Amino acid sequence: MDLAFTKEEQAFREEVRSFFRGNVPPDTRRKLVEGRHLSKDEMVTWWRILNKKGWGTSHWPTQYGGTGWTSVQHYIFNEELQSYPAPQPLAFGVSMVGPVIYTFGNEEQKKQYLPRIANVDDWWCQGFSEPGSGSDLASLKTKAERKGDKWIINGQKTWTTLAQHADMIFCLCRTDNNAKKQMGISFIVFSMKSKGVTVRPIQTIDGGVEVNEVFFDDVEVPVENLIGEENKGWDYAKFLLGNERTGIARVGVSKERLRRIRDLAGKVESGGKPIIQDAAFREKLAACEIELKALELTQLRVVADEGKHGKGKPNPASSVLKIKGSEIQQTTTELLMEVIGPFAAPYDVHGDDGSNEAMDWTAQIAPSYFNNRKVSIYGGSNEIQRNIIAKAVLGL
Amino acid sequence: MDFDLTEEQRLLKDSIDGLLTDSYDFESRKKYMKEKGGWSKAVWGKLAEQGLLGLPFSEADGGFGGGGVETMIVMEALGKALVLEPYLATVVIGGGFLRHAGTDAQKAAYVPGIVDGSKTLAFAQLEKNSRYDLFDVATTAKKKGDGWVIDGEKFVVLNGENADTLIVTARTKGNRRDTTGIGVFLVPANAKGITKKSYPTQDGLHAADITFTGVEVGADAAIGNPDDSLALIERVVDEARVALCAEAVGLMDESLKTTVEYIKTRKQFGVAIGSFQSLQHRASDMFVAAEQARSMSMFATMAGEFEDAKERSNAIAAAKVQIGKSLKFVGQQAIQLHGGIGMTMEAKIGHYFKRLTMIENSFGDTDYHQRRVADAGGLV
Repeated sequence: MDLAFTKEEQAFREEVRSFFRGNVPPDTRRKLVEGRHLSKDEMVTWWRILNKKGWGTSHWPTQYGGTGWTSVQHYIFNEELQSYPAPQPLAFGVSMVGPVIYTFGNEEQKKQYLPRIANVDDWWCQGFSEPGSGSDLASLKTKAERKGDKWIINGQKTWTTLAQHADMIFCLCRTDNNAKKQMGISFIVFSMKSKGVTVRPIQTIDGGVEVNEVFFDDVEVPVENLIGEENKGWDYAKFLLGNERTGIARVGVSKERLRRIRDLAGKVESGGKPIIQDAAFREKLAACEIELKALELTQLRVVADEGKHGKGKPNPASSVLKIKGSEIQQTTTELLMEVIGPFAAPYDVHGDDGSNEAMDWTAQIAPSYFNNRKVSIYGGSNEIQRNIIAKAVLGL
Repeated sequence: MDFDLTEEQRLLKDSIDGLLTDSYDFESRKKYMKEKGGWSKAVWGKLAEQGLLGLPFSEADGGFGGGGVETMIVMEALGKALVLEPYLATVVIGGGFLRHAGTDAQKAAYVPGIVDGSKTLAFAQLEKNSRYDLFDVATTAKKKGDGWVIDGEKFVVLNGENADTLIVTARTKGNRRDTTGIGVFLVPANAKGITKKSYPTQDGLHAADITFTGVEVGADAAIGNPDDSLALIERVVDEARVALCAEAVGLMDESLKTTVEYIKTRKQFGVAIGSFQSLQHRASDMFVAAEQARSMSMFATMAGEFEDAKERSNAIAAAKVQIGKSLKFVGQQAIQLHGGIGMTMEAKIGHYFKRLTMIENSFGDTDYHQRRVADAGGLV
């Protein structure tokens, strides 16, 4: 057991950090620090810088453009990226559909899609959840019927993140109504510009528009857009969700936010002195920092374990990451609310193009608090995570 | 970065786990508790035979050169088996003072007896009003000739009844809460002027309140600088905190395991109660708490070897906070999920809960350490 980073790992951290310093557009960084939404252009610009460096699809196998880093290097890269902060690669493309395509797709599909995912020539979105299928995802009803050389798709998806920007969607569709619910699902990809696709934005309680409803009305999709085998889509979906075990803790994001809280708490006054001098506040902040340190170590244990023993058998501690990671993210937004006090109230609906530069830094704090309630709901709610621990780890 | 045990560490773990499986089931523990001083000389002898009592001492001093990870492995195992023997008092704390500040003569006089199991130690530090502040020392050590005369009262001295030698913190200069003027003294437990009142503690260990009245010791009794040993005390107590964190992890592991086994077999309404979702989620939360504690125990172990004393103390304080929160949750929920049977002395689980609870209140509780971290500027 050796719990310190090696010299090589420390040097790697420096390399990554100095690349971010030199290459993340300063305005992009500032908006992230202030909790603002970025425009599509700002995100794509950064992702192309990252891709040019060869780091856009870092965890892909090297033959498809990955870096061949160790799992500890991936951890360091992510932590530095999140805590700089810089925008994370578009998960729907790079972490979700990309690995499904290079693992289960045919050569033609790999050639067609992978380079465009890496360079974000196509913006991908995820067509999984439906109005009646949240935690019980396998009950989904969106239908794909084979007619000649086409799939005819009808149905509705919801909570489709950033679908308003999307060029492509990967979609779970029912292709066999008679099979057991997990068995009759296929993984089909198609253009969001197809006739019969309608996107309707959903405004969330923070006032922003991140998620959408997506309607399919007799959408015609070429048969070759099926990924892998017909009716095996559930397996690919499980593979896809299993891929993001360690990123979900978002330790770097919380670290960055805690630094910001410390900074603001040194400036905002309460009782005639900076709020950081208030013992009760200071202890709450320390408590959150301690929890985050524990989570960081838990994440490192999972990362080191994967590096040594492969990703096949998940480390039992990995189940902790989603639950604790989301709780801590939420606590950081609560602490920001506490710092800002009565100035949390002024309302200012932000556009998702990030153009409202005149806004005071306080304006994003309440929306960010409201918005972060989502993190314990998405990606398998924390209650579902507890079910998983009970079954898979404790054998209950 | 590597969280796996090395081959030697794996062997160490197997050896202590094996020893305790053979000689430390719950029924045996009840018998050991009734022996003089509240623990088993025979088990102590076995720990010595396997080299565990000499683990942290350097090879030059007659030990085996083990580091923090080795102590963590042993303490986790001791926790898992709810061991009563005075490993913390003798090897971790007593040994810690000798390793960090003992002269060659002091090491030669005390280490062999620790390693072969013939001698045990006790740390006489807590005072009536000192609570968790290590610098709060009213007991005095006044110069007399070359030696010292010690006067004062110490409380809840673990292994105080059986120990051959007491390690006593006493003030040589200044006022009760000054951070300088504190010394550490090796005092024979049978020295003239010592009176002891021994008693069992809530968690099944034994402790003593000890009064020192004009106790005379020689010049060679002081470990480290008799006028300025707070840093030494802090270092050794930090190591004790790290050891307690590891012990708590072992206790939590066993508490969770026992509880999960129980709810899988206990039937109500015709089914195992572990099939109910509210209980499953509670058990899952216990798992989360125990894993977060394990992570921080490892962090504390790593921090024990930090050069910078402030950084070390801050990290270990943080670990003690996490362990304190986790152990309270795991301990309380273990009783809750056991239901009525968890309330009985007869069931094992209550004894785990009691030991966990006493660990929280040893060498600084959750609030105390959280305040320390907060006042040190946090942990980011």
